[in-house]
Amino acid sequence: MIDMSVKIPGLELKNPIMPASGCFGFGKEYAQLYDLSQLGAIMIKATTVETRLGNPTPRVAETSSGMLNAIGLQNPGLEGVYHSELPWLEQFDVPIIANVAGTTTEDYVEVAREISNAPNVHALEINISCPNVKKGGITFGTDPAVARELTRAVKEVSSVPVYIKLSPNVTDIVSIAKAVEEGGADGITMINTLLGMRLDPKTGRPVIANITGGLSGPAIKPVALRMVYEVSKQTNLPIIGMGGVTDVDDVIDFLSAGASAVAVGTANFVNPFVCPEIIGKLPERLHELGYDSVEELIGRSHRL
Amino acid sequence: MIKQERMKVVAQQSIARHIFELTVEGGLVDEMAEPGQFVHVRVADSFEPLLRRPISVASIDKENNRFTMIYRAEGRGTQILADKKAGDEIDVLGPLGHGFPVEQAEKKAFLIGGGIGVPPLYELAKQLNSRGIETVHILGFESKQAIFYEEQFKALGDTHIATVDGSHGTEGFVTHILNELPHDFDTYFSCGPTAMLEAVQWAYPQKKGFLSYEQRMGCGIGACFACVCRTTKSETDYIKVCSDGPVFPAGVVIS
Repeated sequence: MIDMSVKIPGLELKNPIMPASGCFGFGKEYAQLYDLSQLGAIMIKATTVETRLGNPTPRVAETSSGMLNAIGLQNPGLEGVYHSELPWLEQFDVPIIANVAGTTTEDYVEVAREISNAPNVHALEINISCPNVKKGGITFGTDPAVARELTRAVKEVSSVPVYIKLSPNVTDIVSIAKAVEEGGADGITMINTLLGMRLDPKTGRPVIANITGGLSGPAIKPVALRMVYEVSKQTNLPIIGMGGVTDVDDVIDFLSAGASAVAVGTANFVNPFVCPEIIGKLPERLHELGYDSVEELIGRSHRL
Repeated sequence: MIKQERMKVVAQQSIARHIFELTVEGGLVDEMAEPGQFVHVRVADSFEPLLRRPISVASIDKENNRFTMIYRAEGRGTQILADKKAGDEIDVLGPLGHGFPVEQAEKKAFLIGGGIGVPPLYELAKQLNSRGIETVHILGFESKQAIFYEEQFKALGDTHIATVDGSHGTEGFVTHILNELPHDFDTYFSCGPTAMLEAVQWAYPQKKGFLSYEQRMGCGIGACFACVCRTTKSETDYIKVCSDGPVFPAGVVIS
């Protein structure tokens, strides 16, 4: 029997696999396809204080083994998520990680304080790394001092553990990770998308209405893996790793590099059953590799 | 219910310039009901190209567990799809979205299509005819070489063709034909470029109409919020083309 469970602050995961924020809505669409209780956790779409209508379309563009998106944090706002989306998710035996976004410290604090009281929200993921909104988001994630202070402010009001979602669009991701560790973060989720763009060769115009977008998908996995490896080596925080995960061996890679759990993002759009498929294959793959549990594998690349 | 299935290619052929007709077989056909729904096709087992391609359903053959898609091979993904041959398998997710409400037509319906918006109107015409509704088809194409299914539509009702270059039928757009036809129908259904949908809505402000929209999609099931459009209901109201549509009543979507 392979032990698939993982314990990290706030989260007793039955397995280390969860859909990444923004790639799974609030679960309703995927619940038509499979039982969400199979998942280790669910990272729901970013929640802001007010309803957000998002960016103009086109919002997505395909790239080589990847895609760009600039959705713009469209969501029904704190009211809608707290009173409608989260209660609906209570029917499933799965912990929810609520993604919190905003444009000011006060925004983050307000959403964090309220949403952390929802019975099925077991942890927060603070989104200081969205590249697609003009104000806030990534500005909090690129300066270590700002990131540290925001982490402190959110920690003060949250009734559940706080994970900070890091941006790869920085010179030194380790310095940001160390800063949020100093600020009292309970964990790190990484990485958000890489800022990119695509042009129409006929016209020279950007394909995405927002001009730039966040790159995700298999194309970014090597970058994500390297960053998880570095942050895991130089901080003591547990990491939920993500970036281009499509199959069970990608999960093995992220766990080996030091992630304690792994989120699957863009791959849900390609194969909506990807999360339960990976969960089904993981025990056998661990057995083949000579491991009896997920925990044993975590960080093995650092022990070689 | 939405299914994901590796479906068997039964036949594929080129039926007009860059236009392919692809018939596949499998259990997913059982789930198909409304004309105007679409499928999301993964053209390769690798992640290059990454995303699925939304393709409309042109006809459903429940008896033989088959359905036919008609698409234009113009990008990377659809060109790979065009190379599939009988016996190959393709990964199909569907049926997706909400199609045309056939029960809304009373006696006579106008079916107005442009280019690659024409295919879903074929299954619609078949279903309306089987309910005893008279259908008139007004179809626009770029040129004579781009026309497909003219004979098939003619077998189901009056069919008028417009081509932009005048190489076949009326020269110009479908609206040039609409201007000449009596308004003796109760319901219209339309699928095609956004500009055409706008023109059709303007032409028949008093009629009951249903329009199928196109928007760049990600997931195809409503989770990613790539394909949203604002609506006329309120400043904050929006729809997702993939899962709330692609078919909406006239006057709802701001495109």
